[in-house]
Amino acid sequence: MSATATPEKIETRPRHAAVVRVTHWLTVVAFLALLITGGELIISHPRFYWGETGNVNMKPLFTIPIPASRDSVPTGYKKLMPDENGWSRYLHFQSAWLLVLTAAVYGVWGLGRGHFRREIMPVRGQRSWRAYSTRLGQYLRRGPPAADEARSYNVLQRTAYAVVIFVLFPGVIWTGLALSPAFDSALPWAVNVLGGRQSARTLHFFITGALVLFLVVHVAMVYIAGFRSRMWAMITGGSMPGPGSTGGER
Amino acid sequence: MQSITRRNLIRTGVTAAAGFAGLAAAERIAARHGLIPPDHGGLYGAGETLTYAAQRVLTAHSMAREFPRSMISKAPFLNDVTPPDDAFKRYQAMGFADWKLQVDGMVARPTTFSMSDLRSLPTHSQITEVVCEEGWSYVAEWLGTPLHGVLDEVGVLPQARYIVYFSSQKDWWDSVDMADALHPQTFLTMGMNGGDLPVGFGGPIRMRVPRQLGYKSVKYITRLTATDSMKGFGKGLGSAAPEGGYSWYAGI
Repeated sequence: MSATATPEKIETRPRHAAVVRVTHWLTVVAFLALLITGGELIISHPRFYWGETGNVNMKPLFTIPIPASRDSVPTGYKKLMPDENGWSRYLHFQSAWLLVLTAAVYGVWGLGRGHFRREIMPVRGQRSWRAYSTRLGQYLRRGPPAADEARSYNVLQRTAYAVVIFVLFPGVIWTGLALSPAFDSALPWAVNVLGGRQSARTLHFFITGALVLFLVVHVAMVYIAGFRSRMWAMITGGSMPGPGSTGGER
Repeated sequence: MQSITRRNLIRTGVTAAAGFAGLAAAERIAARHGLIPPDHGGLYGAGETLTYAAQRVLTAHSMAREFPRSMISKAPFLNDVTPPDDAFKRYQAMGFADWKLQVDGMVARPTTFSMSDLRSLPTHSQITEVVCEEGWSYVAEWLGTPLHGVLDEVGVLPQARYIVYFSSQKDWWDSVDMADALHPQTFLTMGMNGGDLPVGFGGPIRMRVPRQLGYKSVKYITRLTATDSMKGFGKGLGSAAPEGGYSWYAGI
């Protein structure tokens, strides 16, 4: 391992900018609250449909094989799950506001400061299948990361973050808004182009699934790369103090 | 890490003070324009107020989506309701001929409407979707008289801010603000898919608020009250829904 940045540079540019750190953790809080309450809301009707309408008199696209919290849903189970929709709905939408406002701050800052261009989008020379397969092979062989990865994301990391930031989060917010009858009255195309209200609900579920998959891989990679140092960097912005640390090593 | 300097501390302090002042000003402006819901207090009040205020601005003149006749659901889902009491059964046995709708509160002419009075008012229809908070939905054609016409008949006073509506079912009541009360798609519904409104779907009279979730479309309406404040109605949270843990505003 070698330090690739000079100490002066480390002082002026932390590993993660303050805005990134704050918005990262606010997003964690909002996402976990949305995930828990969203899961709770599904229990009241664990059936998914495609198209505009869907109810127990219609054929579902698929069904999650769990008991429901309402006795109006035929699930095959006699048992009823606890019904916590009231506070789950309140908290879901309050967390959605936190997520949207956080995303707005991060998005405006990221565009203004060139954060997306510099740190998230794959660098110009790396936008090739070859670059992807090379780095993937390195992961599979469990080879050590290149020296420049101490201060910068590799092409696979950049692609994963770009998909989460520019596709999955906008997608989950859009499909969520499309479930609001008032929002749909103002912007009917937002739900119509998705194929209808029940399609929007099903897509909301699948995009959430993709975000959960990202979360699992993300946390696993942080764990493998060194949980304490990565957490320290995302909380304080700097590298972890300790004997032998020059600040640039990772 | 950035060190804590006096300049940073001052800057943070000024920003925080400006933030609080901004919030206080925003709250005054929001209150003046009727952008604060009755259930704005408590743990989830912030999110609730943001949703209500944002949607009041966004949906000022918007219409709920209407669908072609071909999209009317073949088998609309009949949601469970509490079994009707004996008084309701007597009305039902008479074909609801003597069902009454009482309209009072902040109105110039408190009036009790019979079913035939209501049927003599202009009738409109809409093909809109009922969206339940549980997640399911169906499309039906609803026939009724717009609420704003009834409010015109009784001369609702300009200071009224909410229309409260009561069901014959015990302890079940709700309210909408004037934006929804005067909205052309807010109906006192008496017919569905070409026939009388079935009891299971809320007959003889169901409030229909298609820009909000199904639970705002209360069944078996017996009384409307115009008011300038929700204080004195239940716990003052706007409807029975927040008392059961659900939001008053259900446009989501």
